[in-house]
Amino acid sequence: MSKFLLSNTVTSIEPSGIRKFFDLASSMDNVISLGVGEPDFVTPWNVREASIYSLETGHTAYTSNAGLLELREEVSRYLNRKFQVSYHEEEIIITVGASQGIDIALRTILNPGDEVIVIDPCFVAYAPLVSLAGGTPVHFSTSGKDEFKINIEALANTITPKTKAILLCNPNNPTGTLLEKELLGQLADLVKKHNLLVISDEIYAELVYDEKYTSFANIEGMRDHTILISGFSKTFAMTGWRLGIVAAPAEIISHMLKVHQYAIMCAPTMSQHAAVEALRNGEDDVQAMRRSYMQRRNFLVKSFQEIGLPCHRPGGAFYVFPSIENTGMTSEEFAQELLLKERVAVVPGNVFGECGEGYIRCSYATSLEKLIEASKRIQRFIQTIKMVEPVGKN
Amino acid sequence: MNEKEIQLLQCIEQNGRLANDVLAKMIDVSEEEIVGMLNKFENDRVILQYITLIDWGKVPIQETVTAMIDVKVTPKRGVGFDDIAEKIYRYPEVKSVYLMSGTYDLSVVVEGKTMTSIASFVSQKLSTLDSILSTTTHFILKRYKHDSIMYAQKEDDKRMVVTL
Repeated sequence: MSKFLLSNTVTSIEPSGIRKFFDLASSMDNVISLGVGEPDFVTPWNVREASIYSLETGHTAYTSNAGLLELREEVSRYLNRKFQVSYHEEEIIITVGASQGIDIALRTILNPGDEVIVIDPCFVAYAPLVSLAGGTPVHFSTSGKDEFKINIEALANTITPKTKAILLCNPNNPTGTLLEKELLGQLADLVKKHNLLVISDEIYAELVYDEKYTSFANIEGMRDHTILISGFSKTFAMTGWRLGIVAAPAEIISHMLKVHQYAIMCAPTMSQHAAVEALRNGEDDVQAMRRSYMQRRNFLVKSFQEIGLPCHRPGGAFYVFPSIENTGMTSEEFAQELLLKERVAVVPGNVFGECGEGYIRCSYATSLEKLIEASKRIQRFIQTIKMVEPVGKN
Repeated sequence: MNEKEIQLLQCIEQNGRLANDVLAKMIDVSEEEIVGMLNKFENDRVILQYITLIDWGKVPIQETVTAMIDVKVTPKRGVGFDDIAEKIYRYPEVKSVYLMSGTYDLSVVVEGKTMTSIASFVSQKLSTLDSILSTTTHFILKRYKHDSIMYAQKEDDKRMVVTL
């Protein structure tokens, strides 16, 4: 097909450069994957059963565009209970995963040429979603030296008259970095000064291990500047159900609802019924999963430090992001060699932005037994490499 | 008991074979502290035993029969049910004894090589004890789940190898 029949924006988006690497990993046996960005838990049985029951009782029709009222009421209570943010059920849309929430947020707020700052390293979908919505993604780099926290002064220099919004992921995929309240406060000052919006992707907010989580919408004055993205995938181990949450002030959400209703009508009904059960009776399971993730994080961080790959201890999500710079290899070389020699799959950090070069993303959403074996294999791999710097403990 | 101690107990309850260095990393303490905590728990009989859950159904030479026996008893002044419970649990064939609420008093789990051996234990030993009013014996036919562990084949990881 000739290219002129296709959208310039879409054709200019590069497919993921490591597709071949994924295919290779999938074709090999005995691979331990630390490359999976979803929980290793299966959705708790009571949640699955609630969905099965909804099918048995014939709840197979569309729901209202914004989602079941019963579910939005539960979400309203949940957001208040967990993050002390107050959203009326009319200020909530149930989306097809958090990704669709980000998509409709961007499509609602952007005019052609508007700039959206994405904080690298970040989830691979952010920049393409900005482009597809007619905006211009502006990459802002964070540094491993600051544990990938935002340098507010540097961020201020990235803002132009065209800047419309900042896309924030807290806790972060791929680094696991958690932005604490004080830093969010400084960011809020910047947002207020330049009258910006923040699309705050808080999909990992319940997977925080050492301190209390602060939602950006909870920072004084920021509710009106925030489109809050949340969901069920990571917290309740419900990735395949495709169910997200968007909460925003009524004047924004009413416009977002138009995009949502014309694009996809509503989120899957059987998933919404499951989500009601998850919010009502899921807390014990979430606590057990959180504790398990925390112990696995502790194990993996210490293991990397012992192996000689500097690794900060991330405050949330289920990723660690160790530096492999002292191996003298690029992230992709390291990932490929590790896969071929020791059959451990990790994701090269550069996939998440240029400043991710020199790092690898390792997910600890896999069994402890596999993490123990993976760390042994990585250690064996490192011992075969001539390190460019002496291996030192972090 | 502090948070780390509780975490340690939860970890080894699920997997008693975790090495001390792994436990130390998971709970974020030193290996020496792990050893200290374990010793203390063992001395205080917080940790009673490290045991292994085995599916004996897969071991052809080791056929055993298990029965759960509902026992009604007359409690005694001063010692309640404890006295008779102790008399029952001292028999080596008794695997567990629980005091129950509801229609009977003690739930007794007995293991034997054959049904006959259990039958003779019930009729000759258990029923003849003082203060036993009645027994109802249920034989276990198949085990599906025990101590949170499902006996069926482990489910495969259904996730893709790499997702971003």
